[in-house]
Amino acid sequence: METPVMKTRPDTDSRIALLEGRRGQVRETDGSPVDMACGKASLAGAVSQRACVFCGSRVVLYPIVDALHIVHGPIGCAAYTWDIRGSLSSGPELHRLSFSTDLREKDVIYGGEKKLHAALCELIDDHAPKAAFVYSTCIVGLIGDDVEAVCRSVTKLKGIPVLPVHSEGFKGTKKDGYAAACAAMMKLVGTGDTAGISKHSINILGDFNLAGEIWIIREYYRRMGVDVVATVTGDGRVDDIKRCHGAALNVVQCSGSMIHLARSMKEKYGTPFLRVSYFGIEDMSRALYDVADHFESAEMRAAAGELIREEVSEILPQLTAMRGDLNGKRVAVYTGGAFKAFSLVRCLRMLGMKTVVAGSQTGNKDDYNELAELCDPGTVLLDDTNPLELAKYIQEKDVDLFIGGVKERPIAYKLGVAFCDHNHERKIALAGFVGLLNFAKEVHASVMSPVWNFVPRKREARI
Amino acid sequence: MIAAKMPPGISRNYASSCNACRQCTPLGACLAFKGVEGAVPFLHGSQGCATYIRRYLISHFREPMDIASSSFSEEAAIFGGERNFLLGIENVMRQYRPRVIGIATTCLSETIGDDVPGFLRLLHERVKDQKDVPRFVHVSTPSYTGSHIDGFHETVRALVASAPGSVSLNDRVGVFPGMVSPEDLRFLRDVFGDFGLNPVLVPDYSDTLDGPAWENYHEMAPGGTTLGEIDQLPGAMAAVDFTRCVPAKHLAGAHLHQAHGVFSSRLAPPVGIAATDAWMKWMGDVSGRDLPDRHTRERGRLVDALVDGHKYLSGVRVAVYGEPDFALSLAVICSEFGMKVTLLAAGGAAADFPAVAQEALPSRDLPRILNGADFRDIENAVEANPPDLLLGHSKGYAMARRLGIPLVRAGFPIHDRFGGQRMLHLGYAGAQRLLDLLINTLLDHRQTESPVGWSYL
Repeated sequence: METPVMKTRPDTDSRIALLEGRRGQVRETDGSPVDMACGKASLAGAVSQRACVFCGSRVVLYPIVDALHIVHGPIGCAAYTWDIRGSLSSGPELHRLSFSTDLREKDVIYGGEKKLHAALCELIDDHAPKAAFVYSTCIVGLIGDDVEAVCRSVTKLKGIPVLPVHSEGFKGTKKDGYAAACAAMMKLVGTGDTAGISKHSINILGDFNLAGEIWIIREYYRRMGVDVVATVTGDGRVDDIKRCHGAALNVVQCSGSMIHLARSMKEKYGTPFLRVSYFGIEDMSRALYDVADHFESAEMRAAAGELIREEVSEILPQLTAMRGDLNGKRVAVYTGGAFKAFSLVRCLRMLGMKTVVAGSQTGNKDDYNELAELCDPGTVLLDDTNPLELAKYIQEKDVDLFIGGVKERPIAYKLGVAFCDHNHERKIALAGFVGLLNFAKEVHASVMSPVWNFVPRKREARI
Repeated sequence: MIAAKMPPGISRNYASSCNACRQCTPLGACLAFKGVEGAVPFLHGSQGCATYIRRYLISHFREPMDIASSSFSEEAAIFGGERNFLLGIENVMRQYRPRVIGIATTCLSETIGDDVPGFLRLLHERVKDQKDVPRFVHVSTPSYTGSHIDGFHETVRALVASAPGSVSLNDRVGVFPGMVSPEDLRFLRDVFGDFGLNPVLVPDYSDTLDGPAWENYHEMAPGGTTLGEIDQLPGAMAAVDFTRCVPAKHLAGAHLHQAHGVFSSRLAPPVGIAATDAWMKWMGDVSGRDLPDRHTRERGRLVDALVDGHKYLSGVRVAVYGEPDFALSLAVICSEFGMKVTLLAAGGAAADFPAVAQEALPSRDLPRILNGADFRDIENAVEANPPDLLLGHSKGYAMARRLGIPLVRAGFPIHDRFGGQRMLHLGYAGAQRLLDLLINTLLDHRQTESPVGWSYL
């Protein structure tokens, strides 16, 4: 006998109330632009999902695999970022070691410059890195260490670039950390030899090679006849970054993290840039065509078209099959940058699913307006949200699937909602055409799991 | 070639830390606060501290982990965090309606010298006419002193010290287990019940950090020690601190004794047969009951299994690491199993650790002891004297992989395996699980390495 399946909990009335100070950052779309009060520091006590300036710098520079990354501060900041991203390397793996000056009380009182100097010297001697990044944490901003001076001195002594990253945790938001990371990298850019770089060459900016994604993208561009000078920063190399101003074009993914570098390079070296996304058929295809169009090469465009046809025909039958199961499912999306959310909304629509909640940690007004345009009316948009708001809208919008990172996962699971990790910890590639298939499989596996038959929130489903 | 390889040489005194074997003080505070009913931890400092700690704890416990922050701005860092503190606390009160707000400081607020007790006086003044005002428990946890385990114990002590004090004698027993798993906490509660004792576990995150699926979202996970229970502790019939390494001045039980005259004991964490025997004897003395049959049988089964398995472990060389108490407990139990402990490394430094460890371990065959080690120190020591097994939390995995030595995971954190929150380490039953795990890891390794692939091992 067939079990009657009832619609689950359309009547859930969450008791969770919004904080007064947060109301401007929660919007329901109605077809017109939303006036999101975004770009602000997180509200004290609101339990933001954001981290800090240091986090922004750390995640962006982390994948430079042949650099020494040392956190100047107490141990926590280094401990919590040890091997934090699944950024793969095709060679050295120095980035996977977690170095810190491990500041103690006496260092806080007497200053940490000597310790930093000694730490840098011993680590450079031990590991022979191509460059060193020194991350300032909150405390360094307070005790007044002259990190710049220490870096200059060690640069002179050891003959490699030792670059301060001004990432004191309290000096802004994660976005400011992106800017600090880019400012540090700009000191490398322009110091390498650009001889032999082809005129059809690009830098891939803003992909971090989680699960080898940058290798997929790089291979697509190679098939189109485009040379990649530097991947910044996924599978990144100091020497590549040094000479990347020789590339003809910067292709920038991710809304916040690398745009500073692209702008600085445009200003200083005249390198034009394109903004792209590698998630979903639409966005991935555009990322290839746009590069071909930039080089005004019909040949390249044809190669891109051929590649896209080949790749899409490979994945389409499987996508179509899964679409049957996923059709009509309701999804919440919460990302770091808003750019990824755009792609996800499009991917989900392609799979027959409907985004009912969408948000980001660092979106700006334009981003939210674009999201509002992209999503159906009645979608809840959230800026710099928190666990209680997410739980509220998971319940009120009767969400079937949540797409986010580690911190959002238990909120979804606790409420019996399927989940897909689209953040640092993912171990399967989600970028590119093959990545879309992986994404669909991952979503399908979670959404269609029999486990939801047993969770309390959907008890009515099992009459 | 730049490799993520440890440089050779074990005698060097490094200025830097490489691959920490500890976390920062506020993490321990947050974890302890999570074990109190209706409590929201609140970190006075940068937003990142709360977020990093949440993420780190979630990867082990896989549960909602709301930790609030006063989200310092540059302005707050310069002019003081009072405004952010008050606004933050009030927002937590509005959003969560908590019974307790557990306030821990970070290096930032400590260094600028924020007067949190002063802020709390202001706060009390502001909220005194509101109803359901939570209790504010403050603990000072600058991350440049100590490690997560110090923050944990300091917080337990602060929670217990927050009890008003004038309470009549009662039948509760204060139990301060240290940083153990939710499964361990459930086990402790059961065992005290078996002796007819009525424990107050501080903290008790057995439900809050390992609870059932929910129908509706809870602002705070159900469960945890209630304030009412904590407030009974000054009149408790007995109390016990399970630790070898933490000095008395940081202990909740010692505080109850000193401030309220509660009969209070310090016992070794009940990991292994002898330590559990000592605990059982204590339970018998306090309850006036004989060892319940269940535990006699559990002990019997453990000894029987140990006899069955002793040759697998005899002389097997093991290196253990972790927070001081737990690492030492692991060394002790391995010695009981007939293994040879080659290295005992404490991630966070503990006062007199080598002396405390030597007293707990059999004197004829002492391991090399490291106090306040990072994984560079540990890896160098392991490489210099390679063991057959590594035993400790999951952060030793990078080392285990590089050196090709099997790792048995225990304690916190366990980020690369499933079910760390459900691992039982305590009592005869916990010893049994660890015995099985150690033997099976060795057998698995032996079988995989074997050219024959024996079916009987």
